[in-house]
Amino acid sequence: MNKKKKNLINVAVLIALLAIVLIFSYFLPSSSMLFVVLKKGAIYSLIAVSMNLLNGFTGLFSLGQAGFMLIGAYTYAIFTIPLAAREQVYQYFNGGIIHFTVPVIVALILAGLAAAIFAFLIGLPVLRLKSDYLAIATLGFAEIIRAIFQWNALGPVTNGSNMLKMFPSFDSIIKDLNKAPFFENLFISSPWIENFLITMLPILLSGICIAVIVMLINSSYGRAFKAIRDDEIAAEAMGINLARHKMISFCTSAFFAGIGGAMLAMFQATIQASAFKSGMTYEILLIVVLGGIGSITGSCIGSFLFIAASEWWLRGLDSGKFLGIDAPGIFRNGFRLVVFSVIIMCVVLFWRKGIMGDKEFDIERIIQWFKNVPVRFRKMIKWFKNFGKKKGEVSGNE
Amino acid sequence: MDFLSDNLPYILSGISVGGQYALIAIGYTMVYGILRLINFAHGDVFMVAGLMMVYLSSWAPLYVTIPLVIILTVLLGFIIERAAYKPLRSSPRMSIMISAIGVSYLLQNISLYITGGLNKNYPSIPWISDTITIGTAVTKRVTVITPILTIVLVVALVILIKHTKIGMAMRAVSRDFETSQLMGIKVDSVISYTFIIGSLLAAIGSILYFTNYPGVVPNSGAMPGLKAFVAAVFGGIGSIPGAVVGAFIIGICENIIKGLDTMLVTSGIIKNPLGLATFSDAFTFALLIIILIVKPTGLFGEKKTDKV
Repeated sequence: MNKKKKNLINVAVLIALLAIVLIFSYFLPSSSMLFVVLKKGAIYSLIAVSMNLLNGFTGLFSLGQAGFMLIGAYTYAIFTIPLAAREQVYQYFNGGIIHFTVPVIVALILAGLAAAIFAFLIGLPVLRLKSDYLAIATLGFAEIIRAIFQWNALGPVTNGSNMLKMFPSFDSIIKDLNKAPFFENLFISSPWIENFLITMLPILLSGICIAVIVMLINSSYGRAFKAIRDDEIAAEAMGINLARHKMISFCTSAFFAGIGGAMLAMFQATIQASAFKSGMTYEILLIVVLGGIGSITGSCIGSFLFIAASEWWLRGLDSGKFLGIDAPGIFRNGFRLVVFSVIIMCVVLFWRKGIMGDKEFDIERIIQWFKNVPVRFRKMIKWFKNFGKKKGEVSGNE
Repeated sequence: MDFLSDNLPYILSGISVGGQYALIAIGYTMVYGILRLINFAHGDVFMVAGLMMVYLSSWAPLYVTIPLVIILTVLLGFIIERAAYKPLRSSPRMSIMISAIGVSYLLQNISLYITGGLNKNYPSIPWISDTITIGTAVTKRVTVITPILTIVLVVALVILIKHTKIGMAMRAVSRDFETSQLMGIKVDSVISYTFIIGSLLAAIGSILYFTNYPGVVPNSGAMPGLKAFVAAVFGGIGSIPGAVVGAFIIGICENIIKGLDTMLVTSGIIKNPLGLATFSDAFTFALLIIILIVKPTGLFGEKKTDKV
């Protein structure tokens, strides 16, 4: 299969997925969990990919993702809360000190930039450290950032430890758009199309961001990152500027984590600094592991699976009924997470490569896999036949 | 003298918290010394010990509960090592660290399920939670007991490491993993002993720590765990006296920061409180970053060189 044909197939797959979402948004009520999973999964994909860029492609074990997301989310919220709502949001701080707003898209970019600038400042001292020290130092910085944002003295900007709300969310952006004079009489104001657009907005945004990351990885910078990951000393000997490339990777990762954080804010419609704990970073790390360290598509698949399982499929484990089994005594609040973490431990211990390993989603390989099914089936039968015989005998038969 | 009597409560509780951190930090520093692994689950083992105390004390008298909690915690530490770290011994360090994070996530979620996310009241242990007065400060007896007990335990541990066979094996393994294996040391059992000692001290630390606090929640182990790790790094990872000194410094500084607002207001330097208590956690990490930049080996650490 040549490259052109492969691209064509990939595009066809994307269009097919889009069509499926469109069909589902027509038939399912807008409250269906599917849409929540699609939206949140898309946001987590972006964050997981941004973490994978560091951990999987550059070999820097950083655990600061929650901190960068926090900066992104707060930057977005602070700059977009409508002026009219500020009095109410900043009720303890006399309406705050920022009295202007910027358009949503500018705020998103600002969110990324703010996170990247912080990452640059943090990176200057921290990137000199190696493996676990780097992990613990970045984790520490995330905690410091959280403390600073909750500090009462910064209340006029960050609202202290209180919640930020009333900024534009995915819902309100699309709904406002539909109320705008141009769109008012068009068909898109029908509820199911509105729901489709609300679902597509985060998917589109993170799709663009992930595309940029993929382009970076495929460029000469990406090759330098991989060289650093595989052998730092050899990479340096080949003339790669370690400090510079590590910094580029760190800042890019933070930039997209910041945008991811802003999108999470848009999804949730309210944010609070106390939610961005180290547990959040751990979750994202586990998504990356689930998908495969060093695989972009793996991270995306991993995050959709993670979100679908935790928000939707395993819900029944929390509410008393799962797969038709009714046992409110066992299936009570929190059981879902227990099952979930057991699954993740199994992946970490027995299936270390995750779903994709360090390979990318490839239509050709899937076709090949299906072609090989008969061969594998025959092998399996052979294995069963030989089961119980001694090893020497098996090799003798062959 | 006025200053001291005004701020005695903060310093006292700082020393007490420092002792509790020290008991956790030893677990981190020993495991890191041998396996080069940040055992992220250690803080959660500490929390689980607290929860076990809560549940067991509701049906057994304290003189049964306390030994039982210690035994169960040791067992937990042992099982975690065997189940989650041993299978990964030959894989890259990142996978073991991820496994440790996974265990931490699992323990927190199990506790969340069992407690239902509610704050569980820690039983008050008669003699040690009595209130006493030292100078101007009114405090619980545990505040005084902690540092003494910590120092006794640390001295015992140092003797164990310096003068017994297993201690010698531990030192050998931490110096050179492969060579000690070649010399006939059973590395697996040495590692298990390390986890057992670490969990034992964490269990004692948890009894002392939670006596001072109203209750246990599933993530109440995370923060003390991270701080104890910072203490271990600060003192020089792999060094037990270093971990203890680091833990005391962090405990005292943290409590002084908590009381800094009141101190500054009473001494007239500032008029209104600044809310600096928010930074008591952040301070620990700032300290970590400073020490990693200025002296990465910590206060008592030995310098290691990487070979190509």
